Amino acid sequence: MLGFTIVGSFWLEIALKVRVLARIKRALLSIAPISIFFIIWDAYAIRKGHWKFDHSQILGIFGPFDIPLEEYLFFLIVPLAAIMTIEAVRRVKKYWVVGDTER
Amino acid sequence: MSYTQIAIISVIAAIVLDLLIIKSKLIGKPVFWTSYGIILPFQLITNWWLTSREIVSYNPDAILGLRLASAPVEDLLFGFSLVLSVLSLWIYWGRKGISK
Repeated sequence: MLGFTIVGSFWLEIALKVRVLARIKRALLSIAPISIFFIIWDAYAIRKGHWKFDHSQILGIFGPFDIPLEEYLFFLIVPLAAIMTIEAVRRVKKYWVVGDTER
Repeated sequence: MSYTQIAIISVIAAIVLDLLIIKSKLIGKPVFWTSYGIILPFQLITNWWLTSREIVSYNPDAILGLRLASAPVEDLLFGFSLVLSVLSLWIYWGRKGISK
């Protein structure tokens, strides 16, 4: 699933020159503060039993708070893909206002 | 709190971040909705994969029970708030001139 997200979005880095990986500091500064909240949410939901993972279908490697490794990667890769998407849209729609430049 | 309640709070928090705190006002911009429109089908495919194979399963007591592409509708709220808040912060750092 994470491979699917990477294949589906990371080609934009090359094809549309979205330069998200080239601006990895800005990307990580955007992702980390948000993902912390989502990881806290994940930890709470796992503890409360809101959702659970089939242990035979995951790697079986767990990080802090009993959260599977895949979940940590999810909260890195999915936001990266989202940033790549908006940067790809602005590459195509050059005159649409995004709000981070003078234009 | 249930998944439903937290998911609703997360959407409100993301909108407050976008409109009032960072003032990126993405939810009023075509660039955001076009991006979200691209992301959404991919989320639905991923949700369907993860839930139909029961890689992830949900406690019926924590969700409304309404499902889309085999996944709880709450997942849409979760995805929306994750995407909106990260993109809002991306705009924030862009304004600050962080270009690396």
